[in-house]
Amino acid sequence: MTTTLERPTTATVEPQRPTFGSGITELPLLDPPTTPAPPQRALSQATDEELFSRFGPIIGGFALAWLICYRLLPWNGLVGYLLVSLVCILALTAVVGGLRGGITEVQDRVMNVLVPAGALIVFVALASAVIFTFYRGFEALLHVNIYTQDMSGIGPKDSLDKGGVLHAIVGSLIEVFIAIAIVVPLGIGTAVFMTEVGGPYAKVVRTVVESMTALPSIVAGLFIYTTVILTGILPKSGAAAALAIGVMMLPIIARAADVVLRVVPGSLREASLALGASRWKTVWHVVLPTARPGLATAVILGVARGVGETSPLLLTSGVTSSLKLNPFDGVMTSLPLFIFSTVRSGEPIYEVRGFGAAAILMTLVLLLFTGARLLARPRRDKSRTIRAPRQTTPQPAAELPSGEPVLVEIADSPYPNDATNVRPTGGIK
Amino acid sequence: MTTYLPTRPEGVEDTPRTLKKGMTGVDKVFEISATTIGTIVLLITGGIGLFLLGNSIPTLRYYGWSFFTETQWNPEQNVVGIAAVLGGTVSIAFVALALAVPLAFLTALYISDYAPPNLKPTLISAVDLMSAVPSIIYGLWGFFLVMPYAGDVARWLHRWMGWLPIFDVQTDPNSAFVDQTRYIQSAFCAGIAVAMMVLPMIASVMREVFSQSPPGEREAALALGATRWGMVQSVVLPFGRGGMIGGTMLGLGRALGETIAVLLIISQAEELKWRILETGTNNISALIANKFGTATGAQMSALLTAGLVLFVLTLIVNTLAAIVVSRSRSGADAEA
Repeated sequence: MTTTLERPTTATVEPQRPTFGSGITELPLLDPPTTPAPPQRALSQATDEELFSRFGPIIGGFALAWLICYRLLPWNGLVGYLLVSLVCILALTAVVGGLRGGITEVQDRVMNVLVPAGALIVFVALASAVIFTFYRGFEALLHVNIYTQDMSGIGPKDSLDKGGVLHAIVGSLIEVFIAIAIVVPLGIGTAVFMTEVGGPYAKVVRTVVESMTALPSIVAGLFIYTTVILTGILPKSGAAAALAIGVMMLPIIARAADVVLRVVPGSLREASLALGASRWKTVWHVVLPTARPGLATAVILGVARGVGETSPLLLTSGVTSSLKLNPFDGVMTSLPLFIFSTVRSGEPIYEVRGFGAAAILMTLVLLLFTGARLLARPRRDKSRTIRAPRQTTPQPAAELPSGEPVLVEIADSPYPNDATNVRPTGGIK
Repeated sequence: MTTYLPTRPEGVEDTPRTLKKGMTGVDKVFEISATTIGTIVLLITGGIGLFLLGNSIPTLRYYGWSFFTETQWNPEQNVVGIAAVLGGTVSIAFVALALAVPLAFLTALYISDYAPPNLKPTLISAVDLMSAVPSIIYGLWGFFLVMPYAGDVARWLHRWMGWLPIFDVQTDPNSAFVDQTRYIQSAFCAGIAVAMMVLPMIASVMREVFSQSPPGEREAALALGATRWGMVQSVVLPFGRGGMIGGTMLGLGRALGETIAVLLIISQAEELKWRILETGTNNISALIANKFGTATGAQMSALLTAGLVLFVLTLIVNTLAAIVVSRSRSGADAEA
């Protein structure tokens, strides 16, 4: 049996209809195209009409708002204009949507404009806060002495060539460092206790710690002020301020570390225990290394919070204008407090100094934040290598060349960066 | 071929090996030290609560309910009450939420459903950065950059919507000379700065639950021909409702306790009022920051009581938020 696949070569030859039962099967053939096929439409691109109904209302809205604000009603002013524009854009979008479809179309089109507009407002506000700080403090930042001198003997009328915020920077760093030195071991230790030891007592601790995250920072400051400063244990000093920051940060860091440790996959712990490791070794060699990026993020974000916190310091550290290195020796200024005491003084030069300090504080926080991001970022392409523990028993030379540490490849645990939203996907492979 | 099984010698009984139940050396030390650290932290954190409570009981016993209804804070005349600051605290927090919640909702929705995928990580980082910016920076931003504009907006609201009691200001909006100072340093202005602080918190909780909504149901909605908003409305929002409420309440908890931005922006007034646009208000933390320096003895106890009230308010709000988040469908697999 033969099948004909070829189209007849000449059109003049009439294809002969095979008689029934001749043993020849004829496949249906495509007719030669009479008109060229229309070009395929690119599905990801909008048509001209769609583009018009998407962007037309935006242009129209701005123009209509101009008419309303500057010609019809006395609402001129940038904020008013932008708000009216938004309303006009939404109204025009709704009208265009209504011309093209029903209520569903209108809702979809309006939300397509409203959602990005809302996000835009938020990010513009954030950018304006950051840029405004640097813009107002720029003049102060240009002087080198702002980083190398303190404010002792500097009057409100002295120019920016004299005096600086070194004492505040050093004060902030000392206070936060002391707070961290106290809080991090306690916080992570508590988290280990809550997740690894467990039991009803750990539940009590967890409940108390979690409810203490609601402690307003000013109340933490008031607590230290009443118990430590008024009772005369410490004067108003850097150490007292560090205690106040610590009291404020302790529940926050303990809780964040608890969240991070809780999502360490249970299978890892069980594998370690099944291999005969003690619980302590399991915690030290399996749980904590797995949670390392998450813990680091939790700590760094806690530090960023501590550096910027002002209200507990207001009560506990006092304000001074000279550089101090001893946290137990009386009042000590920090950056937020310096900013707070200068910006509302009404002296223009003081205000500039305050904004300069704010810009430095912002830089400090940005650096800490970026550090936390880098630590927590999942490194997908570049996997981390760790050394296998040194062999204690001699191994056959063929299997293991002597002196060569075995490199075990483990993918970095791809936890998301924020300590509070860690998910146990992935883990060590 | 035959296999011989080993036979047991006659007269020997099987005795089970004794298993040690307790822990061995290192583990004991580990558990004891971990428990000790846990106890220390429990004592520190629980101690604060007990200390506040212990100091508050005499004050509350002495002043009774008038502590909550009196608006003046005049320890010299033995008149102490937190009605004014409590009202100010609540009104600032609600202004902040009224501004922050819609914007946070739109931002979260933009990040989870509308933004181009390659922009998402940047936007998430930006929201996280926003929550790391110190509150004093937002205070400066609110005081120096936003307040003039906020004053204009307040005057506009007063002129056109002044018939609403909350938008009323005790001045004539249509007079030839407008007293702009009546419209600044108000709960509204402070609320804007506080909104910037709570917004990233709310937005990240909402984004988290939005992005956890099941992809199968999303795709099903789209495959049935739903528009993007239709899909969001029918899948994402019902799924994320618990997270939306919980995130809002967490934001409320933070907004209640904010000090420094409020202290920078407001002009203090001891008056219980709901005219949020009018200058002059106060909140509990600003009260503490202002009065602690001169307070002694019983006044200190009164301040600690005010602190306790603030703490309890925050605690209730946070606990409710935690319950709402964990009860919702979205919270069910968040812990897994």
